[in-house]
Amino acid sequence: MTSSAAFSMSRLRLAPNVRVSRCTVVAQASMTSTRSLASSSLLRKDGNEPQGHLPGHPSSVFLTSLNDSFFDSVKPKTLSGNKNSQGGIPTYRLMDGVGRLLPGVTQEMINITQQEAVKMYRTMLLLPQIDVILYNAQRQGRISFMMTSYGEEGAVIGSAAGLDAKDEVFAQYRESGVLLWRDFSIDHFMSQVFGAEDDLCGGRQMPIHFGSTQHHFHTISSPLATQIPQAAGAGYALKRTKGREGNVVICYFGEGAASEGDFHAGMNLASTTSSPVIFFVRNNGFAISTPAAEQFRGDGIASRGPGYGMLTIRVDGNDALAVRSAVQAAKSKALSEQRPVLIEAMTYRVGHHSTSDDSSAYRSKQAVESWKQMDNPLHRMRNYLTDRGWWNDELEEETKAGHRKKVIEAMARAEKKKRPKLSSLFEGTYRGELPSNLKQQRAELAELLEKYGSLPSWSKEIAKHAHAGKDMEQYREK
Amino acid sequence: MFGRDRVFNTPLSEQGIVGFGIGMADMGHTVIAEIQFSDYIFPAFDQLVNEAAKYNYRSGGQFDVGRLTVRAPCQGVGHGALYHSQSVEQFFMGVPGLKVVVPRSAVQAKGLLAASVREPNPVVFLEPKMLYRSSVEEVPLDDFSLPLSKADVVMSGQDVTLVSWGAPLYACEQALSLLRNPPNSISQHIPLSIRDAKVELIDLRTILPWDRETLVQSVAKTGRCVIVHEAPVTAGVGAEIAAEVQKNCFLHLESPILRVGGWDTPFPHVGELFYKPDAIRIADALVKCLTY
Repeated sequence: MTSSAAFSMSRLRLAPNVRVSRCTVVAQASMTSTRSLASSSLLRKDGNEPQGHLPGHPSSVFLTSLNDSFFDSVKPKTLSGNKNSQGGIPTYRLMDGVGRLLPGVTQEMINITQQEAVKMYRTMLLLPQIDVILYNAQRQGRISFMMTSYGEEGAVIGSAAGLDAKDEVFAQYRESGVLLWRDFSIDHFMSQVFGAEDDLCGGRQMPIHFGSTQHHFHTISSPLATQIPQAAGAGYALKRTKGREGNVVICYFGEGAASEGDFHAGMNLASTTSSPVIFFVRNNGFAISTPAAEQFRGDGIASRGPGYGMLTIRVDGNDALAVRSAVQAAKSKALSEQRPVLIEAMTYRVGHHSTSDDSSAYRSKQAVESWKQMDNPLHRMRNYLTDRGWWNDELEEETKAGHRKKVIEAMARAEKKKRPKLSSLFEGTYRGELPSNLKQQRAELAELLEKYGSLPSWSKEIAKHAHAGKDMEQYREK
Repeated sequence: MFGRDRVFNTPLSEQGIVGFGIGMADMGHTVIAEIQFSDYIFPAFDQLVNEAAKYNYRSGGQFDVGRLTVRAPCQGVGHGALYHSQSVEQFFMGVPGLKVVVPRSAVQAKGLLAASVREPNPVVFLEPKMLYRSSVEEVPLDDFSLPLSKADVVMSGQDVTLVSWGAPLYACEQALSLLRNPPNSISQHIPLSIRDAKVELIDLRTILPWDRETLVQSVAKTGRCVIVHEAPVTAGVGAEIAAEVQKNCFLHLESPILRVGGWDTPFPHVGELFYKPDAIRIADALVKCLTY
């Protein structure tokens, strides 16, 4: 998309072979001389051609074998002689499937205190408690919508634990664990889900679309991947903000969202502007019903990082400790090298996409069960803690019961809360004074409420709002 | 002058440019993003409509991108054809949360741009590129700004209200002199009785939220209204103005509200003269309106 339409059109009018511009002739001549030089010299082999005269890429090696010149994969920096390496980009992990440290992994490499490890696990346990209670609340019609984090507790909490509480978060929607890690209150959580009066977002968005300035968690929105270029801009802003040079932006999204144009835009912008952003992909195998195999043909999302000149790592997303250390290292590299880093966390979406989805329509219940058994981030973390004597069955039961109680009580409180006052429907569309059209429309609703507010369908809803709609009376037109 | 960290190139990606600008503005930085031509703003439509416009509302005022201004050259330029000519304001007029501004001259451009940059809401600032080098006037070097959402009555009158914005305002002025002194070749189409008509010429300046009060007051006085814009007529900004004026001035109207715009076709390369609302077409509409 350039303004050169006029230019290219005039070129199109030229008959090829009749009028060739000067620079084309020069370029052709130099190509011919290079070729003849190459074929006349016995010393020169493929890959040893003289370098330095390709305008776009002076260090590109020349090949004459057409077949060798095609390629479709990215070669990782090192494979450490691993014989399984033909499987493409390697995956970083510290624990095996049951939470035992892999050979060569030391406690120093993990570098975590008992207190932090236990907090991680406690927060990981909180997610499924919220999930099961709110999922059922949605089934009972008490809330309109819900999305669970089943199976991705390790990826989300692990990444949150690798960050500072002031690092800026741009999320997709399956990362509420980051807020929980940062001690976002369960009451605010529930108020958002129920659209209560004290919801920080004013009861305007669907459930699970959290946001909190205090927690540096930028409000979630439904359009996928839009947060990716935004995160690049926020990273650039951080770099230019005095006192924030030690912080990074983390931007979460799924492997499906990575197919959006905004993924490309954001990755490229973060890279060319040298912005300290961690792009964290939760590759959980499904975008609603679309399996990853129908989402891309390359080697996951990680293979795209190098194409943007971006430092990239693939990590076992069900190994919360590996995720934590990958994020810590990514942050330190993003800051010291002033560049973005891509992390692809391999995991599995154990739950349905949302309450509007029955995933057994496109994948077998058996497959889900075997994932839960075989590679469960909670089991792995629990075993790691138990092996160190930091956890036991009693603590497990106590924590789960405590979480459950806390969640149910907060839900009950939120359910009883009033919705925001009706007039707030119009507010916040613009900052500053309400424009005249909105004032007029607010007056229109005020009059309608006066006339029809007693209709059963209306009065029932009005009663749920703070001030029971009385706040609208002052806006009636005289 | 200000340094490369303040004035810099981006990769060629409109959705990226606007998304990046949103992210910076969200962090409290003032951002002035440029889209090379408004014809190429559509890849960023999602970021502008779903994100920038709704950022403050959806977060309960916790996060906002009010410091974002997106500038883009717009309207015809004589030979820009389909993708260097478009008027895109109507696509943003239906987007609560955005402000949309179009200046008509150098002074207006400086004053309105300064106001847009300082505005606590995201602004799409559309610059008529035809005027980049043709609008020459004394512009104060000092800081000043002109109010948004305030139309400017360029010329006051009581017989008909003529409203436009951007470059077509100059065609409106030409139409007024045609009306007063038509050349012999067309004088039979301009009745003597209306050559002295006093036309109230209004520059709307802000498309959203637009100045309904000034427009309604003017038409209540004149009883007639002609709206001129370069964008296609169907669902153009003129449709919104006409509906609102009709609702508020029903008892004052002496003739139907007329709209003069681009035809409902893509913007053509050759034939621009017959596509854009030029002086003759505007004069013809004024004649129809005044003689109704």
